[in-house]
Amino acid sequence: MNIHEYQAKALMKDFNISVLDGGVAKTPEDAVRVAKDLGGNIWVVKAQIHAGGRGKGGGVKLAKSLDEVEQHAKDIIGMQLITHQTGPEGKKVNQVLVEEGCDIEHEYYVGIVLDRDTGLPTMMASREGGVNIEEVAHETPEKIIKAAIDPSTGFTPYIGRKLAFGIGLEGDTMKKCVKFLQGLYNLYISKDCSVAEINPLVVTKQGEVIALDAKLNFDDNALFRHPDIEELRDHTEESAQELEAGKYGLSYISLDGNIGCLVNGAGLAMGTMDIIKIYGGEPANFLDVGGGATKETVEKAFSIILEDKNVKAILVNIFGGIMKCDIIAEGIIAAAKSLSLSVPLIVRLEGTNVSLGKKLLAESGLAITAADDLADAAKKAVEAAKGA
Amino acid sequence: MSILVNRDSKLITIGLTGKQGTFHTLQSRDYGTNVVGGVTPGKGGMIHEGIPVFNSTFQAVNETGANVAMIFVPPKFAADSILESIDAGVELIVAITEGIPINDMIKVRAALSRSNSRLIGPNCPGIITPGECKVGIMPGHIHMPGNVGVISRSGTLTYEAVYQLTQRDIGQSTCVGIGGDPVNGTSFIDCLDLFEKDPDTEAVIMIGEIGGNAETQAAKWIKDNMNKPVVSFIAGASAPKGKRMGHAGAIISGGDDTAEAKFKVLEQCGVTIARSPAELGEKLASVL
Repeated sequence: MNIHEYQAKALMKDFNISVLDGGVAKTPEDAVRVAKDLGGNIWVVKAQIHAGGRGKGGGVKLAKSLDEVEQHAKDIIGMQLITHQTGPEGKKVNQVLVEEGCDIEHEYYVGIVLDRDTGLPTMMASREGGVNIEEVAHETPEKIIKAAIDPSTGFTPYIGRKLAFGIGLEGDTMKKCVKFLQGLYNLYISKDCSVAEINPLVVTKQGEVIALDAKLNFDDNALFRHPDIEELRDHTEESAQELEAGKYGLSYISLDGNIGCLVNGAGLAMGTMDIIKIYGGEPANFLDVGGGATKETVEKAFSIILEDKNVKAILVNIFGGIMKCDIIAEGIIAAAKSLSLSVPLIVRLEGTNVSLGKKLLAESGLAITAADDLADAAKKAVEAAKGA
Repeated sequence: MSILVNRDSKLITIGLTGKQGTFHTLQSRDYGTNVVGGVTPGKGGMIHEGIPVFNSTFQAVNETGANVAMIFVPPKFAADSILESIDAGVELIVAITEGIPINDMIKVRAALSRSNSRLIGPNCPGIITPGECKVGIMPGHIHMPGNVGVISRSGTLTYEAVYQLTQRDIGQSTCVGIGGDPVNGTSFIDCLDLFEKDPDTEAVIMIGEIGGNAETQAAKWIKDNMNKPVVSFIAGASAPKGKRMGHAGAIISGGDDTAEAKFKVLEQCGVTIARSPAELGEKLASVL
């Protein structure tokens, strides 16, 4: 799960990580009020969306007067912000963060992510901050200093010193950086983050170490122990269909094609999308009904697939393990009746209770194209979508 | 022969008395697995479906001599059950549970590294040696005994591969689902190593996914260490970047973890690749 920068910074404050003072605003008037309360004579107005690269897209602006704060807020709130992470359609900005300015001496990068090779949280730091860190990692990997953290010892000061000295900090600034990293690690572990990234981390002309930006992602599997984080969820940032599907234990992702897919298991669901493409079709979605699906969830899955008006055919591919084919068949029959299904339906069933499932479908009187195997199913679905 | 489980394996189920635990334990027993007990704290002493229940894994191991534990405990408590099984000295722990927090698994991995236990999973279908022992949720009847090893990050896609093999009268030595989470107990390389050393495995099917670089590392390992032919499919060639495809580990984050990049490395390392999941059986037949 993602949260906004202003929410991340509020959490960081709780962990004694230094951030700039600021406040969130939903209107230009609010933005001016926040700026007045902050005082000073320079502010930054920042679009709050769940995507990086906001500055390049025109979503981050410097204001040298309250009038400029108002003007920038007017420009940014309501805009469709396009960055390299939003896709070509961009994302609508509903709110801005107004922050005090600061005198930047140098921009760095620090972050904590899971290193899948070692299975350990790994802290990274670089002198090359404020830029696309993936490019730095790819082109000049030696400029990123890494330290894996053993969960039984946790963060210890030498790890912080290794990184802080490694990016060229000294004296008091080095010590402040170590303290910053300690706080970031504490936050990462105690809130079950999957990513904690500060890009840039800045050292000011006054020698302060401050997070200028903040990106926190959380492990969805651990949200049950963090109701405070769950409360930060911004539903406008998530697809309504994906959220609706999630309520029923379905994993759904909308895509651009016209062949709806209903599959059990994430790997087979991806494999089904892949084979549709191989035969010249385009999948309309990824949908994994999971192992615990019932007649009702299968029915729900159909209604979610059919909400996408591009769908010209539906391919059901079930390899029953935990999932029983007869349950799927009952769900298909119920859905076809209640939703008065009008697109061609191609069904491939295999595995647990397959004969019972096939019998139910045959006796239902529904116009269903049965497929013998995976390749046959994909071919028939592609043909059906083209014919429609 | 086979790897990791066989007719001498003695299985206990942690979370036996739950609905899923009961159903799949009975399925495993019906398949011929030697189920010697189960664990549900607070229900020790009772007999559930003819299976003795214990309060702790320690007790279950001491009294039954179990060497394999299958975990059917909800995600909130699953890491605790795995840690208890490690502490009780269970040789092979198979965690079916989906949705265990990553930080819990990081602690489990640390405990595993200090022990002699092996963990398969979590978030996996389990492991089966056809005709001998089934520890997991896979449909037993699609398998047949033989000489092809199967390793996979995905459950139902493994069934698909096994089904294609059995349709062609090609049996399997052992099929292992290593699970779809980013932090797990057993890697592709661990399994490849075991299959390479197993005299009764002649070839291996490896089914990977987008995300991470486990398949890339496995490809390099195969090139340097493996004499037996390997056939591989990577799911997710059609997946868009940045979208998590169901499994916590199946997300394209950089440029090196796409299906295309993995296919390329596998091919360079001498692995026979199947671009379509429907070709796995055919491709495997071609290398035998």
